[in-house]
Amino acid sequence: MNLHEYQGKELLASYGVDIQRGKVATTAEEAEASYAALRDETQTDFVVVKAQIHAGGRGKGGGVKLAKNLDEFKEHSNAILGMMLKTPQTPGGLDGEGKLVRKILIAEDVYAPDFDACEEMYISILMDRAKKQNVIIYSTEGGMDIEEVAEKTPDLVHKEYIDPNLGLLPFQARKVAFNLGLSGAAFKGMVKFISNLYKAFVGSDASLFEINPCLKTGDDRIIAVDCKVSLDDNALFRHKDLAELRDEKEEDPTEVEAKSYGLNFVNLDGNVGCMVNGAGLAMATMDIIKLSGGSPANFLDVGGTADAARVEQAFRIILRDPNVKAILINIFGGIVRCDRVANGVVDAYKNIGDINVPIIVRLQGTNADIAKQIIDDSGLEVHSAILLKEAAEIVEKVLAKHQ
Amino acid sequence: MSVLVGNHSRVVVQGFTGKEGSFHSEQMIEYGTNIIGGVTPGKGGMTHLDKPVFNTVAEAVKKEGANTSIIFVPPRFAADAIMEAADAGVDLIVCITEGIPVQDMVKVHDYIADRDVRLIGPNCPGVITPGQAKLGIMPGFIHNPGTIGIVSRSGTLTYEAVDQVTKAGMGQSTCIGIGGDPIIGTTTKDAVELFMNDPDTEGIVMIGEIGGSMEADAARWIREHGTKPVVGFIAGQTAPKGRTMGHAGAIIGGAEDTAEAKMKIMADCGIHVVKSPADIGETMHRILRG
Repeated sequence: MNLHEYQGKELLASYGVDIQRGKVATTAEEAEASYAALRDETQTDFVVVKAQIHAGGRGKGGGVKLAKNLDEFKEHSNAILGMMLKTPQTPGGLDGEGKLVRKILIAEDVYAPDFDACEEMYISILMDRAKKQNVIIYSTEGGMDIEEVAEKTPDLVHKEYIDPNLGLLPFQARKVAFNLGLSGAAFKGMVKFISNLYKAFVGSDASLFEINPCLKTGDDRIIAVDCKVSLDDNALFRHKDLAELRDEKEEDPTEVEAKSYGLNFVNLDGNVGCMVNGAGLAMATMDIIKLSGGSPANFLDVGGTADAARVEQAFRIILRDPNVKAILINIFGGIVRCDRVANGVVDAYKNIGDINVPIIVRLQGTNADIAKQIIDDSGLEVHSAILLKEAAEIVEKVLAKHQ
Repeated sequence: MSVLVGNHSRVVVQGFTGKEGSFHSEQMIEYGTNIIGGVTPGKGGMTHLDKPVFNTVAEAVKKEGANTSIIFVPPRFAADAIMEAADAGVDLIVCITEGIPVQDMVKVHDYIADRDVRLIGPNCPGVITPGQAKLGIMPGFIHNPGTIGIVSRSGTLTYEAVDQVTKAGMGQSTCIGIGGDPIIGTTTKDAVELFMNDPDTEGIVMIGEIGGSMEADAARWIREHGTKPVVGFIAGQTAPKGRTMGHAGAIIGGAEDTAEAKMKIMADCGIHVVKSPADIGETMHRILRG
């Protein structure tokens, strides 16, 4: 689960990590009030207006602007609130339709007054799958694409692995601060910053923290200027407060709806819908569709209980996509009995009524023969198969006919 | 012969009296697995499915000589259950539970690292040696005793491979579902190594998916040490990029994450890579039986 920048910063602040101060607004009126309040707090007219969407590279699409006075602030906040922001990470990239900006963060200009004395650094924390340990990745080269830095100047990207039992040790925190070239108050600030940051990572069961940039200010403070926070969905049961921060408006509405029915669904842009039990088999089914001359319109794992109600919901979701020219249902019945799924398919088909795309049903495993009989006897426009190979051949034939 | 599980397995079920645990224990017993009893803290002394219930795994080891544990404990207690089994001294732990927090598994991995125990899973269908013992949630009837070792990260896709191998007139020595989580106990390479060293395994089916470097690691090991034919498939050739990981992950994940990259490495290392998941059984049959 991803957090907005402002939510991530609140989480960090609750662990004693210094952040760029700011206030969130959803309307022009709120924005103006926030501006006034922040100006009183920081004693400066300078603020940064930042679009709050779940995507990086916001600056590239005009979603982050510096305002030097109230008029500029109004101009920028009005432009950003409600805009369709396109970034390299929004659907379709910079040429796509972008994402609606529903909230803005009005943040202090931490670079002022001594811009030249500021240093931008990079810090992230994540779990390294290969080493099975948490790792802090950091660099003096902040404010840019870390992948680019790693490619061009790998020497400037450092890693510090953390012992799961001991946690981040003091000498490791010092090492990070030294390698970042800090001294004096900034060095001490970084030791505290990194220690608290790691506590926050473990304490919130995060899967990714990325602080880019992390800033050394002109007066030697260490501040998180931007932050990307992803949390482990599997651990949300022990973080009820964090679970409430989920912003479903930022997620694909169909995927949110599918989840409420217990379906794991991902929207894709192909022409063959699919409905499968199990994630691995679902991916393999998408591959089969491609090899049969089509392209998958979705990923859909119906899970372990492929009952009639779920099958019907899955059908309805797939059929909403106008690009879908055929649907392949691939169920390997282990615990799930194929005859039950077959009855579910027939019932769903009848309930929905006007299904105009050919459906290929491949049921294998427990009671597969009975299931095939049920499908074949139903009198519906449904092609049945038992072997995966047969299903692939039918998909190919159906697509050829509809071209 | 077989690997990991067989007639020698004396199995204790953790989460024995729960819904999942009860259902699958019944299935396992029916298959012929030697379930010696189960563990549910606080219910020690009871009898469930005609087997004794213990309060701790240690008690099951001491009283019934359990050497293998299978875990059906809910996610929030599962990490603790794995560590309890490791501490009790069983040789093999199979954790079926899906949804264990990653940070819990970081601790588990560290805890079991210097203990003499093997973990399969979590988030896996389990391990089966056809005709001997079923430790998991897979449908027993699709399996046939034979000489093909199967290792896979997925559930139903493993069943698919098993079914194809059976239909091609061959059977399985052992099938290992290693699990789909970011941190798992036994890797693809570990499983392949077990099969290479098993005199009764003739060929290996290795099924992977996008993400991580396990398949590439296994492929490189096979290039150096492989003595038996391996048929490989990677699921997710059409999966969209970057749905889960942020920027920083890509540094570590590297370029070996995609299906395309993995398939190339596997082919370069001498593995018979199939593009279509429908060709797994036939390909193995062609290689071994001509």
